[in-house]
Amino acid sequence: MPLIDTLRAAFAEPFMQRALLAALAVAAMAGPLGSVVLWRRMAWFGDATAHAALLGVALAFLADLPAPLGILAAALVAALFLHVFSRRETGNDALLAVISHGGLGLGLLALVLSGGGRARIEGFLFGDILAVGWADAALAVGLAALVLATLALRWRGLVLSSLSADLAVASGVRPRRENALLLVMLALVVAVAIRITGALLVSALLVIPAAAARPLSRTPEAMARLAALIGMLAALVGLSGAWVLDAPAGPAIVTAALVLFLLAAPFGRRR
Amino acid sequence: MSRMAGRGSGPKGAAGAGAPLLRLERVEVVRGGRTILEDITLEIRPGEILTIVGPNGAGKSTLVKVVVGAIMPDRGRVWRRPGLVIGYVPQRLALDPSMPLTARRFIALVAGAGEGEIAAMLARVGTPHVFDRQMTALSGGETQRVLLAAALLREPDLLVLDEPAQGLDQPGEAAFYRLLEACRREAGFAILMVSHDLHVVMSTSDRVICLNRHVCCTGTPAAVEAAPEYRALFGTGTGGALALYRHSHDHAHDVDGNCLPKKPSAVTDAERPADGGTTDAAD
Repeated sequence: MPLIDTLRAAFAEPFMQRALLAALAVAAMAGPLGSVVLWRRMAWFGDATAHAALLGVALAFLADLPAPLGILAAALVAALFLHVFSRRETGNDALLAVISHGGLGLGLLALVLSGGGRARIEGFLFGDILAVGWADAALAVGLAALVLATLALRWRGLVLSSLSADLAVASGVRPRRENALLLVMLALVVAVAIRITGALLVSALLVIPAAAARPLSRTPEAMARLAALIGMLAALVGLSGAWVLDAPAGPAIVTAALVLFLLAAPFGRRR
Repeated sequence: MSRMAGRGSGPKGAAGAGAPLLRLERVEVVRGGRTILEDITLEIRPGEILTIVGPNGAGKSTLVKVVVGAIMPDRGRVWRRPGLVIGYVPQRLALDPSMPLTARRFIALVAGAGEGEIAAMLARVGTPHVFDRQMTALSGGETQRVLLAAALLREPDLLVLDEPAQGLDQPGEAAFYRLLEACRREAGFAILMVSHDLHVVMSTSDRVICLNRHVCCTGTPAAVEAAPEYRALFGTGTGGALALYRHSHDHAHDVDGNCLPKKPSAVTDAERPADGGTTDAAD
């Protein structure tokens, strides 16, 4: 089996191991978070924060700080902004679109004008997972553990406030607080996921595995777990495919997730 | 208003005594520059049934949301007894189809109840078959019963219902209120209910609040239906609300919807054997 041998050789490479570890960790937390994002019709959120994060890269360069710090700061500021100005009843679409595309344009401009270099733009737009170091991979794993533990602890509140804010309040949950917590977790995931898929495809990791899990699930918990598994499978298949085809890893992972979504979709109609 | 504040000396006088569960003081809610609620002061006492009636746009649902804490008043105070548990049955539940959700999982999320309790309560409210069904696949009546089951399993001190009989047909509605009354007698919770159904209001309430942005009048059902403020809102017509009420006693429906001729007070007596006190006005 030449394919198996090729893949065995591929994942013997330390940089492939680091890439796989980081991608699995991000997929594990992106699945459940992406499910919540779908329930709240906030699919644009990943794009908005990721694009805003580009601006953070430029600002970090200007301030002579490490880029991940700038990304994280920008993502958190974008999340805070959304939390303060979002009103569920009027919908977040317009606001998210403005932040998303405004952030992208401003970020790209700032990146070039700040002297951050045109060369680095590609890495931030399309991801550079094969350049992930052990420290980055460890950070992704640690963050995944933190996010999954937080989700497990606050699951009832998150699901109830996604269901109905009024019912959540009457049941002793504070939806605004759950919303703030969700946005912070999303900002963290986006900041880490940018290294893998790039700013342009970051929300794909959130949304596609969750959407693929929907027709196969009967409860919110089942959907969240399955979305994590589908995302992790997409990470494995995508990285392998990228190695075999000598293609960029980020788009390959997203494409693998898309294939899994298409395979799952017919099951929805039969139910 | 003060002349109607006194309660009849019915058997429920004892249940209504004691420290209130919840108190609204001079509550005002403004949305988009429009005053929706104005100067609302009310109290809910343990074990009583308080019904809010009022025309469309009177702010009934808004008032309910203030009570459950979903809307913060722009002015005034809301006081809840510490540790107060509220069971809330909203007017409707707009579920996003992107979330898979079985009825039993929904109830578990709201009430934190176990499988056995949930199955038993669903049987009690008359929809045992929906246990494993998706919430989005339920009919309006089934959804109302699941919402009620979830609210009851919270073992509430106060059950808040916003037009709970919507989506039920007439016999279903009667059965729904009988069930509600039976559960209340067992568990002793207070009920705050919004209704446009005057028949229901008059036959099951201890106190009625007639709302039209502000509290038009309040008191026992008998006092409220005699109040000029109430008649102004609901029209006097040919005898007004009193006639409507009497009319409802000319006949009754059994659970299958058959028309039963009967003597005027039979419905009231059958439904509320323990208390004739609050319904004297009808006889």
